[in-house]
Amino acid sequence: MLAALCLPVLAGCGSEWNDPYPSTERGNNKIYTSFSERPKHLDPAIAYSNSEIGFIAQIYEPPLQYHYLKRPYTLIPATLEAMPEIRYFDQSGRPASESTPADQIGRTVYRIKLRGDVRYQPHPAFSLNDDGSPRYLNLDGRQGRAVQGAAGPMALADPGSRLLKAQDYVYQIKRLAHPAVQSPIFGMMSEHIQGLQALADDIKARMAAQPGLWIDLEPLPLPGAVAVDDRTLEITLNGKYPQFIYWLAMNFFAPVPREVDQFYGQPALRRSNVRIDTWPVGTGPYMMVHNNPNSRIELARNPNFHDERYPCQSEPADAAVGLLESCDAKLPLIDGVVFSREKESLPYWNKFLQGYYDESGISSDSFDQAVRVTVTGDVNVSPAMAEQGIRLQTSVRTSVYYMGFNLLDPVVGGKTHEEQRRAKLLRQALSITLDQEEFISIFLNGRGQPGMGPIPPGIFGHQSGQSGMNPVVYTWKDGAPQRRSIKEAKALLAQAGWPNGRDRQTGRPLVLNLDTTSGGLGDKSTMDWMSRQLNQLGIQLVVRSTDFNRFQEKLRKGSAQMYFLGWNADYPDPENFFFLLYGPEGKVAHGGENTANYSNPEFDRLFKIMVNMPNGPARQNVIDSMLRLVREDAPWIYWFYPKTYVLQHSWLQNFKLNNVASNTLKYQRIDADRRETLRQEWNKPLLWPFAVLVVGLLALLWPAVRAYRSRSGLDAFGHRVRGR
Amino acid sequence: MLRYFLRRLFYAVPILIGVNLITFALFFMVNSPDDMARMQLGVKRVTPEAIQQWKAARGYDKPLFINDAAAGVQQVTDTIFFDKSMRLFAGEFGRSEDGREISQEIRQRMGPSLAIALPTFLIGLGLTISLALMLVLFRGTWLDRTGVVICVGLMSISSLFFIIGGQFVFARVLKLVPISGYESNPWTAWHFLILPVAVSIVASIGGSTRWYRTIFLEEIGRDYVRTARAKGLSDARVLFGHVLRNGLIPILTGVVVVIPSLFLGSLLVESFFGIPGLGSYTIDAIAAQDFAVVRAMVFLGSVLYLVGLILTDLSYTLVDPRIRLK
Repeated sequence: MLAALCLPVLAGCGSEWNDPYPSTERGNNKIYTSFSERPKHLDPAIAYSNSEIGFIAQIYEPPLQYHYLKRPYTLIPATLEAMPEIRYFDQSGRPASESTPADQIGRTVYRIKLRGDVRYQPHPAFSLNDDGSPRYLNLDGRQGRAVQGAAGPMALADPGSRLLKAQDYVYQIKRLAHPAVQSPIFGMMSEHIQGLQALADDIKARMAAQPGLWIDLEPLPLPGAVAVDDRTLEITLNGKYPQFIYWLAMNFFAPVPREVDQFYGQPALRRSNVRIDTWPVGTGPYMMVHNNPNSRIELARNPNFHDERYPCQSEPADAAVGLLESCDAKLPLIDGVVFSREKESLPYWNKFLQGYYDESGISSDSFDQAVRVTVTGDVNVSPAMAEQGIRLQTSVRTSVYYMGFNLLDPVVGGKTHEEQRRAKLLRQALSITLDQEEFISIFLNGRGQPGMGPIPPGIFGHQSGQSGMNPVVYTWKDGAPQRRSIKEAKALLAQAGWPNGRDRQTGRPLVLNLDTTSGGLGDKSTMDWMSRQLNQLGIQLVVRSTDFNRFQEKLRKGSAQMYFLGWNADYPDPENFFFLLYGPEGKVAHGGENTANYSNPEFDRLFKIMVNMPNGPARQNVIDSMLRLVREDAPWIYWFYPKTYVLQHSWLQNFKLNNVASNTLKYQRIDADRRETLRQEWNKPLLWPFAVLVVGLLALLWPAVRAYRSRSGLDAFGHRVRGR
Repeated sequence: MLRYFLRRLFYAVPILIGVNLITFALFFMVNSPDDMARMQLGVKRVTPEAIQQWKAARGYDKPLFINDAAAGVQQVTDTIFFDKSMRLFAGEFGRSEDGREISQEIRQRMGPSLAIALPTFLIGLGLTISLALMLVLFRGTWLDRTGVVICVGLMSISSLFFIIGGQFVFARVLKLVPISGYESNPWTAWHFLILPVAVSIVASIGGSTRWYRTIFLEEIGRDYVRTARAKGLSDARVLFGHVLRNGLIPILTGVVVVIPSLFLGSLLVESFFGIPGLGSYTIDAIAAQDFAVVRAMVFLGSVLYLVGLILTDLSYTLVDPRIRLK
């Protein structure tokens, strides 16, 4: 009845009644995508998760970026004239070379030369009065109310802009040290950037002296980051840290001008939730024009974006799929991006099928509907998807999932040399027994690649084929790795002192404890599968399921025995994975990221060498030696490298999966006419079943109406009364 | 009556303190301030110093209830409980753990929640009362029995089924309405609201109709109904003019109390239909271990519930002149 009443109103919607976007947006040149989790932080000094970086990477420009099409991932200038010039100095300040041993390097200077044509997006923070003073520094009540809407500070009239200056990068590096900002990388960067810790102490003292007041960071000295002139920046690091170049492609090093920090420091704006953490200001291809993180975030083309062109170099296969058709075109290629919040996967998936999202991942629930795996193992979209012109892209992510062993545990780690020897054999036996191929097939619909070591594909040091095989778990047979037999695993277990899963001396059964959080790898079906796998060796598995906080606490205290974890690459360098097994990163002893508390002096020695080497055969040799050690010691079961499956509609072009860079929307292109045509075709309202439903409901009511009319005509004795 | 209300307001204070205390204790039994800091700072490269700094910046470095290091009244006031929970009585909701002003968020999200909850409440109430009266009218007949069976069937089905089924049939297959989404403009938001409102009504219709039917059945056997019928009044006049009016008190007990809580929205419906209301705000806060938001929403819920109870008392006097509040 309700719906029937609404139908005439719906008829006013045009041809697509189910269109979730305003009719004014039809046929526009925007990308429509979604987000499930509202971003906690949009401040480039804080944002660290994918749900946050996905937004700000389109708005902010760090000095460097990754080439969109080239693999392996290659750094190129973003706001720079050329790649940074890196100079080394020894302990006494004399110039040194890149080949100088790392322990002799006293400091490293990155000299960065900015382009001269990079301007900020229009923003009221840059708006000036006639006398050159900031126009919106002391917002009155009316202006304060004006910024409270979804348009935020963009609601203020006559926004200004200015050229990017080296001082803006310096200002942002100083913000990393600000105690109120709480940048997650401050602890790590304070060890590298000269004077960053001293600056943090200075700011802290000023905050204590002037509580609640905005602190101007510009006059505060920071020897590690100096603007030589408006277009030249020098960053000085303690010693040598070659991976720093990758950090220059991350949002933490995006420019933040002093006037923007000052603008957002106004109490009137902070009270209205308008902060640099909610309204980013950058030089990138897009700017935020609508921010309702509960339902919709919209980016529009930055009219001041500098001249950047679509790449013309790529991998050989890219040209065949049309990825070079926009060669040398001016970026960005689309006018804007609309992010709609979808907390549940089902509405998101259905909207993608209706054409209201341009691309989509595939949840496990929708996998069979979306994908067909052929007998040869090839993966294609299902016929229904193919009919809609939907295409599938897959890529192995630069991530590793592993089952870690806490090496401080007496059973899987051991204290004495003999205990450690036995524990290593036990870990090797478990590595063979837990069949990742089966796991990937059953639980991931094939969306993963069995792990062979800590370094995933796409990262220097990873090798495929026989040279990349983990010989502890596999043998090479018929041109492919073949998992060692359960018999071999049992033999290892017997050598470890647990024949048939029982202690050789006491006869007590071997019981292993797996700490998990519920959901994901810790759900019941997975655990049942694990128990069955270990049963083959006679080992009993106890699953200790807990919440995320308790799980983290167990890792910190070293009270877990076995656990599942994963790591996504911050940057494409083997150091970013090997450090997870580096002794001085031990979780219990040092509070680092080495949750297995693995400590092998030879591995640590090689790590220090590898870290400072350029990519090449010599580095590969060192990496191979490190891989041999960690495969033999088996502190982790190298579980799998996850695969990303993404579906894209036929109108979305220049789309290439990138596991490291997030600023990729500027390269993508939309055939807006095709999208509009297909949306109309796919979303014609179907009225007859609805009409049947309404008639059915009325038919249900009809007996009641008849009975009522019949009763109304009777007197108290049940006789029909004349005239009624 | 004024004295009655003042007394009820006075009684509300210890209740609210108790609710705050229980919320506080339950939350911190499960989450320590360190856990909250880790949740906000993420799991990558979090140092113990960063955690300490996060706690200090938000006042979570203080003791929970008693500050032995302080002197005098500050032993109680310089604690997390007093600082975070007691300020709510002054209307200070403070900031969420990610730094957003909570009162601003509540103001923004109240509208979307009401946009769903109010029509659901009003249409649902009208529909279920009408259906219950209809079943009572045909009591003992096959129409009544069929209606009760349908009501039991509707009660037995999870509301999630109605949501997913409604989205699939009306938005995916028939393509009559958007699957999810929301617009703040009330003139264009209506087509996002039809489906969630309809689904919410259908999901609640079974239980409410049976409940009201029971109430009306009790009334329909009373003497005044027989008298009314003997006077020759039509069935409609008897049902709507007499039975409904006399059955209102038990209905009001269940209905008026929820009116203020309509602001708080629905957790499930808002989540599935992408409505940016207070229901989804609460769910997000629980998932993110955002104590500031959780305590604010629990406090707000308690206040609104207490207001609902007072309004219920008031409504009794309106429908039954014999009742006086003293």
